Amino acid sequence: MKKIEAIIKPFKIEEVKDALSELGIEGMTVTEVKGFGRQKGHTEIYRGSEYTVDFLPKIKLEVILADSSVDSAIKAIVAAAKTGKIGDGKVFVLPVENAIRIRTEETGEQAV
Amino acid sequence: MTITLSPRLLTAIVLPILLFSFPSRVSASPASSVPTPTLEQRVAYAEAERANADPSATGIAPAASPAHTGWMMVSAALVLFMTLPGLILFYGGLVRQKNVLSMAALCLGITALVAVIWWACGYSLVFGKSFAAEDASGLAHAASPFLGGTEFFFLKNVGAAPNTDYAFWIPQNVFCIFQLAFAIITPVLIFGASAERMKFTSVVVFAFLWFFIVYIPLTHMVWGSTGLLNGVWNPKALIPAIDFAGGMVVEMACGWSALVLCLILGRRKGFGREPMMPHSMVLASVGTGILWVGWYGFNAGSALAADGIAANAFLTTTLAGAVASLVWPLVEFLQRGKPSVLGFCSGAVAGLVGITPACGFVDAGGAVIVGAAASLISYVACTTIKRALRYDDTLDVFGVHGVSGTVGLILTGILATAAANPNLLGAPAGANGLKAALEAHGLWLVQCKAIGITLLLVLPATLLITLAVRQLVGLRPGGEIESQGLDIHDHGEEGYTLNG
Repeated sequence: MKKIEAIIKPFKIEEVKDALSELGIEGMTVTEVKGFGRQKGHTEIYRGSEYTVDFLPKIKLEVILADSSVDSAIKAIVAAAKTGKIGDGKVFVLPVENAIRIRTEETGEQAV
Repeated sequence: MTITLSPRLLTAIVLPILLFSFPSRVSASPASSVPTPTLEQRVAYAEAERANADPSATGIAPAASPAHTGWMMVSAALVLFMTLPGLILFYGGLVRQKNVLSMAALCLGITALVAVIWWACGYSLVFGKSFAAEDASGLAHAASPFLGGTEFFFLKNVGAAPNTDYAFWIPQNVFCIFQLAFAIITPVLIFGASAERMKFTSVVVFAFLWFFIVYIPLTHMVWGSTGLLNGVWNPKALIPAIDFAGGMVVEMACGWSALVLCLILGRRKGFGREPMMPHSMVLASVGTGILWVGWYGFNAGSALAADGIAANAFLTTTLAGAVASLVWPLVEFLQRGKPSVLGFCSGAVAGLVGITPACGFVDAGGAVIVGAAASLISYVACTTIKRALRYDDTLDVFGVHGVSGTVGLILTGILATAAANPNLLGAPAGANGLKAALEAHGLWLVQCKAIGITLLLVLPATLLITLAVRQLVGLRPGGEIESQGLDIHDHGEEGYTLNG
């Protein structure tokens, strides 16, 4: 099992979700996050006071998948989230030791 | 600091309040002893009501007019609406999330505090006139241009009968509550300058002292029937200045006091290093809208009648607010390419502040000039001057209210016209020199003198009050409280909670 963590532009979440759904992926967790990478922040001005906003809003998507589905899911996420401009985000893949479905107490790939 | 309220202390507070709150006998209309008026007298009386004129020649006692009274009750509510919830939203939205409730608390707290002071003695000291009575002592006489009198303490005799020193056709209790709403918003405005770093206890003590030492004498001087600066209505006014709805009383008083307070208070922790952005421009812009609408009660209501002067003030208020609300974001657009929402809001407030002393004295063209000038000059004050001097007036109370209020007062002296307000040529104005100054185009000089007197009272008094409060209870919360926010420490609450 693997966990895919994707940091993407907030307005891309619907497209990414639809692309994953088409692959038959049934669950995911989404969090509103803030951060920065190479895309720097912007300045905001309130009555002449300038503030640099470094942390930009992003969406963090987390999906746990069987090893066999990982490559196609990554392709789908990258294709859907890409705008080609700076700040499109990143995808991380991490190993997962186990998973348990609380209701049925199934474990492993059965549970994801 | 904790104060425990023992039963004995509670009794000591509540008992006198109960004693004084038994209804005093308000004299009913004395019409029974007067001979029945003729038809001509009754027609003349009705015409006087329609024109908001003095009915005393008809021999019929002045009484509340439904039309004038209705408008004034609406106006009073509109002015209170500016504080609750106008300023809660405007000030609350402009501070950071962790301090939003501190702004709500001071709006609500000062409303309650001032209402009680107004009842006990505030109204009487501003709008009474017993110090000027013939049998009053020499000391009282000397004080009468600065303080009213004691006859309305605990609102004794403030009932449905009009107080004809101020208005012939509205009940005195309606006049009293209309003026109360002004007395509430003025001290509230000051604390925009000290926002995010002044303890609530210090705010309350400051507001209490400031109300007595600054607001009461200043308001009597400007609007009291025996006031030093009341050019339109006091034939004995030494400096016959004009201030229709509170350029001195409200705007200059709060604005210049705010400057003194924030200079002594010092800058917020992290000022200039940490981002200190408004936490909700949505709340702030909704608050601005409420302020603008409430300002109709403030300005048009200050005619104290539903008459032509009120109608003109309604128009000039709208125009000045609109022009100012265009100018500020236009300058932003030209400088940086983006007109900001806060720019629209700040411009609107600056224009409405500027037109406050002028609204009942200038015409539509004058209002456009006042709105544009106020907006432009306040813009420079809030951006360039504030940045150059590096004082931390959190919500720009000085830059908007102090600056635009002062600009508006001077422009009132230049643009006032008897075509907009015939009272500028009335009998008191003839006696005290207002009429002569207006006709000689020298009224702006009189206005400047009145501005000088206002500053002479406001600046040293606020300095002393601030130093006294610092000695008594301190001004700022210590340690990390300021970084954590005032809401949790001072009020034990948070403005926004997750999973609420």
